[in-house]
Amino acid sequence: MTAVAPGDTSLPAGVATPHLEMRGITKSFGTLLANDHVNLDVRDREIHAVVGENGAGKTTLMNILYGLIHPDEGEILIDGNPVRIRGPRDAIAAGIGMVHQHFQLVPVMSVAENVVLGQEPGGIRLDRAAAVRQVRDLSERFGLIVDPSARVETLPVGIQQRVELLKILYRGSRLLVFDEPTAVLTPQETDELFEILRGLVGGGKTVILITHKLNEVMAISERVTVLRQGRNAGVLATAHTSPPEIARAMVGREVLLRVERDEAHLGDERLRLEGVRADSDRGLQALAGIDLAVRSGEIVGIAGVSGNGQLELAEAIAGLRPITAGHIYLQGTDVGTQPAAARRANGLAYIPEDRHARGLVLPFEVKDNLILGSQSRPPFAVRGQRNSAAVDQRAEALVRQFDIRPPNPDAPASSLSGGNQQKVVVARELAEDPRVMVAAEPTRGLDVGATEFIHRELIQKRDEGLAILLISSELDEIFSLSDTIAVIYQGRIVEAMPSATADRERIGLLMAGGAAETALPTATQIAEAAAALGSSDVAGGSPHGEGVA
Amino acid sequence: MDVIGTLASIFARPDLWAGTLRFAAPLTLAALGGVISERSGVVNIAMEGMMLVGAFFSVLVAAATHDIVLATLASVLCGGLIAAIHGVASIHLRANQIVSGMAINLLALGLTSFLMFRFFATSGTPSDIPALPDVKIPVINNIPFVGAVIGDQNLVVWLSILAVPLAWWFLFRTRIGLRIRAVGEHPRAADTLGISVYRIRYLCVILSGLLSGLGGAYLSLSVAHSFSDNMTSGAGFIALAAMIFGKWNPIGAFLACLLFGFGQSLGINLQGTGFPDQLVAATPYVLTVVALAGFVGRAIAPAADGVPYEVGE
Repeated sequence: MTAVAPGDTSLPAGVATPHLEMRGITKSFGTLLANDHVNLDVRDREIHAVVGENGAGKTTLMNILYGLIHPDEGEILIDGNPVRIRGPRDAIAAGIGMVHQHFQLVPVMSVAENVVLGQEPGGIRLDRAAAVRQVRDLSERFGLIVDPSARVETLPVGIQQRVELLKILYRGSRLLVFDEPTAVLTPQETDELFEILRGLVGGGKTVILITHKLNEVMAISERVTVLRQGRNAGVLATAHTSPPEIARAMVGREVLLRVERDEAHLGDERLRLEGVRADSDRGLQALAGIDLAVRSGEIVGIAGVSGNGQLELAEAIAGLRPITAGHIYLQGTDVGTQPAAARRANGLAYIPEDRHARGLVLPFEVKDNLILGSQSRPPFAVRGQRNSAAVDQRAEALVRQFDIRPPNPDAPASSLSGGNQQKVVVARELAEDPRVMVAAEPTRGLDVGATEFIHRELIQKRDEGLAILLISSELDEIFSLSDTIAVIYQGRIVEAMPSATADRERIGLLMAGGAAETALPTATQIAEAAAALGSSDVAGGSPHGEGVA
Repeated sequence: MDVIGTLASIFARPDLWAGTLRFAAPLTLAALGGVISERSGVVNIAMEGMMLVGAFFSVLVAAATHDIVLATLASVLCGGLIAAIHGVASIHLRANQIVSGMAINLLALGLTSFLMFRFFATSGTPSDIPALPDVKIPVINNIPFVGAVIGDQNLVVWLSILAVPLAWWFLFRTRIGLRIRAVGEHPRAADTLGISVYRIRYLCVILSGLLSGLGGAYLSLSVAHSFSDNMTSGAGFIALAAMIFGKWNPIGAFLACLLFGFGQSLGINLQGTGFPDQLVAATPYVLTVVALAGFVGRAIAPAADGVPYEVGE
């Protein structure tokens, strides 16, 4: 291991001036010190990972580099020369480009328009033909094939990411920053992205990769800078480190990267879906006949690329979205037409995908969020009036049990970190002793520590007999928690299998459609991967029948 | 009463069609301003106030200087100025843009009423103020019917018609137009590319003020040839409706303004015929509601319309 003491940015002898140096970057938001004398050095043509838990200051550091936030202290040097970055315009001029975690694309505009925006060809008039031509040339030169005239909103996320990449290449950036680029990609798309990154580095670019996925750090980076609580927690050479070591640096203690899980003790069937269909918000069919069953003591994981019906599935079960066909049985009762409250009373708990929009009332105090849904039942309401003593009592118990920080039930939920907000949701949903839980993206955006905590809670409840339907776009999460893995694609469960025998590669293929039936650019890659696996049936065409877990 | 016959005779009147253009002109100017402002993401319901300010100050300057150019300039500048207030409130101070717009409308109403009383209390605005010129087109002027419709229209009518393709070209074919639309749809994306969201939004809000101000000057200097309290009487709100009806597109907005102008002109031409002209005058608005309710499809505003932008959020 080549851990360098925090603050020490010295390089081994023989290495030229780093391409990028950030020295002593300090930034506070109110009383929170987001960056405390953070140093970062990135060598020319290096793939450099920056890792850290949520709130460790990675995004702040990168936003400072890109001029979106102004540091209180510190300096930035490019090729040894100090640069002043007052805004994105300066960053672009300094050769810095950023692919943001949430794509910064105008959905209603074309690929070409998005790429040239801000540096458009033409005089007063916009030279559209030139824009299309330049973008086409660029995409061919870098092998990022995309139709310059396509409207961005019609493109799959993997392709939208290429558009983001084209944007920074169009500006001639040499230093490319990727903020959590794989969060929205399938494993195959991730591999493809990594190939592209290696190609770019080969072509003279330098890459900074922000991530929390340690296997990606290991797979692609040369060095990794670890941040913890706004400070440097070491610089490691990837070749001489290991995921547990990085995790320890990130969290400051030993972390279980994979929660221990005993053999499942399956009980009676708690949740059953038969031929469930439902529409998306736009009125299109989102669920095309889902068959699924979850038993007591079992975690069934739904793997899939976002947007294949997961959201609609969770909402259909929770009673938030009407189903157009089929049946949903909760402990043997058909609840398909019952309202959400009745289903909750019947033992259903729900961790929604978006904790801000659905999981919490952010301006409300933590204690009120902890009893939402039960607020009109005893003991929290007596004769139609709120029973504050009972509310306080429940809140204090849950805050202690789930280690919600700060341990103040009177704080507004909005003041908590993402991890603690999610603990509030999980605590509430488990508090009423549910029989069935639908957990949609339960650890989205959470750091290693909070993720570990939530995973342990879920495993423990499963061991106590809870039936859990886990919906996650993180394949790692699916694998580490599920007893059964079901792959969803275009509103159908294309296959379900015991997780013990499930193959990662195969699940990735199923998530991507399993066959070259669409014209998506991943098709060739799917075919190649399938050929490599020697499983001709995967490339053959039809999905693998309706799986019932 | 021979309804068909009456209507047919009215439809054959050049007055009806000339009036349509005349009534549509100020609406068009204001609606185009609204389109530009909202395309950049600033909701603008203040066209009414901007027009009123333009109407008053053009008359004030006209009465003082008897110079039509100065009077027109004053209307445009004052419209732009009051729009800048809306800009500061909704862009820098991130106020609720509906509230700010309403405040501008009330401010304009109070301000112009007060100044009206202060300057012209006893006698009303003078009758010898100059008017915006009409444009006599030599040959067309003599063609029957057509000549009476477009042969002798006001300069502002022509300007408003000319402004429509210009605004379209500006928004959809220029580099700045692309930036404006990007800022209105996804300001953060524009910001990360080094485009100043604030600068674009100020530009667009002030442009809307300039256009509305000119529309107001036309109402006071040429249509009414005077100023009276609250003389715009809702024209700015009709322009707002036209903007939405026209789906935030200059051409759509213009067509909607023509429809509204036609309604007003028809109402006036029906006076004295025994026809319930108020009812007729109401039809375009009824049509708007019906159309918005589903017949032309849902009107989709720019995605970031009305959402204040905070740099470095």
